[in-house]
Amino acid sequence: MRAVLIRDLRLAMRAGGGFGLGLAFFLIVVVLVPFAVGPRADLHQVIAPGILWLGALLACLLSLDRVFALDHEDGSLDLLATAPLPMEALVSLKALAHWLTTGLPLVLAAPFLAVLLNLPIDGYAPLLISLALGTPALSVIGTFGAALTVGVKRGGLLLSLLVLPLYVPTLIFGAEAARRGAEGLGYAMPLAMLAGITCGTIALLPFASAAVVRVNLR
Amino acid sequence: MLLSAHNLSVSRGGISVLEGLNFTLAPGRALILRGPNGSGKTTLLRTLAGLQPPLRGRVEAAPETRVYAGHADGIKSALTAHENLTFWSAIFGGGDVDAAMAAYELEGLADRPAGALSAGQKRRLGLARLIVAQRSVWLLDEPTVSLDTHATKLFADAVRAHLRCGGAAIMATHIDLGLDEAETFDVAPFKARAAALDSFDEAFL
Repeated sequence: MRAVLIRDLRLAMRAGGGFGLGLAFFLIVVVLVPFAVGPRADLHQVIAPGILWLGALLACLLSLDRVFALDHEDGSLDLLATAPLPMEALVSLKALAHWLTTGLPLVLAAPFLAVLLNLPIDGYAPLLISLALGTPALSVIGTFGAALTVGVKRGGLLLSLLVLPLYVPTLIFGAEAARRGAEGLGYAMPLAMLAGITCGTIALLPFASAAVVRVNLR
Repeated sequence: MLLSAHNLSVSRGGISVLEGLNFTLAPGRALILRGPNGSGKTTLLRTLAGLQPPLRGRVEAAPETRVYAGHADGIKSALTAHENLTFWSAIFGGGDVDAAMAAYELEGLADRPAGALSAGQKRRLGLARLIVAQRSVWLLDEPTVSLDTHATKLFADAVRAHLRCGGAAIMATHIDLGLDEAETFDVAPFKARAAALDSFDEAFL
């Protein structure tokens, strides 16, 4: 099982692996937003949690079509499906690898990029916690979307359309926790909801993803 | 008996392609599938590998005894040849990577990125995976594509060694490998008569 994770991480790090794609996109969004809305520090302060969360979510979306498509193209997915590895474990490992290469770097980069958006000092902890809790859900839901579009050539558009509505609850509670934190309010409730969503998706979606991959391989 | 098919019907895209197949595969035997393009050899192999369910009938085999090699080799071009094989070895439970590379004369290419290998070298790497997988039933779909005469001989030797160790193989190929243990199985007589949808719902799914 560890072999799949190590291989996926190694592939992501090598040339053309797509590591840093999400991070670069996140950086671009956060750097460009102040130029777009104008030099108003007070406004930046208000929109910072929402922009940071939205940027992270879209950056996650960007690399999703690579989760299964590459393995399907070169035939690895067929071979992995016949290997002594449960499909549920495979999709979970794929989601974990996606989070480690996309979600985790976003979480770690967010506090630095938050400076550019003038996030109030109280907002850093809730932003970091909410992203750390929420991005695993984005990877797991995204892996489900990638599983649905496994056989589809250039399925990126379809994947985005399928996944976006599923991302809405995570975005609402994640951004809400970050916003309430930035405004100095209590943020335990949205954080608890976010944690609930993440736990629920991690517990249930791998089974759905595995079933969908099996059907798509027929 | 390693694998047997009982009244097996296989379908592709909801349409039945082969019907009423019966055969058994004993240790040390190889079955060579013959039939024109589109006759369902790949579909049959995928069904036998467990990648898709049979339309009717059943496939009997002990779990985790089969390894499949299709048209695509499942090679990651960003990894070296050795890393590719090591990965499959780890997945299938630790086959000897160096022995498998030696069997296909890949030693000199071990540290070359797989993306830089030629089509024939990639295919040899893909076939070396079968040795690493250490499973008794090989299901091979056109294994000799892009292999030269010498590599084809290496492949035939590998199959022979596998059969001698009590393994078995089913392959779709049109090349005569010179295997004494092989019987030819023509799938053409089993072509499905009515190309009908297997169930009413299928059209809506």
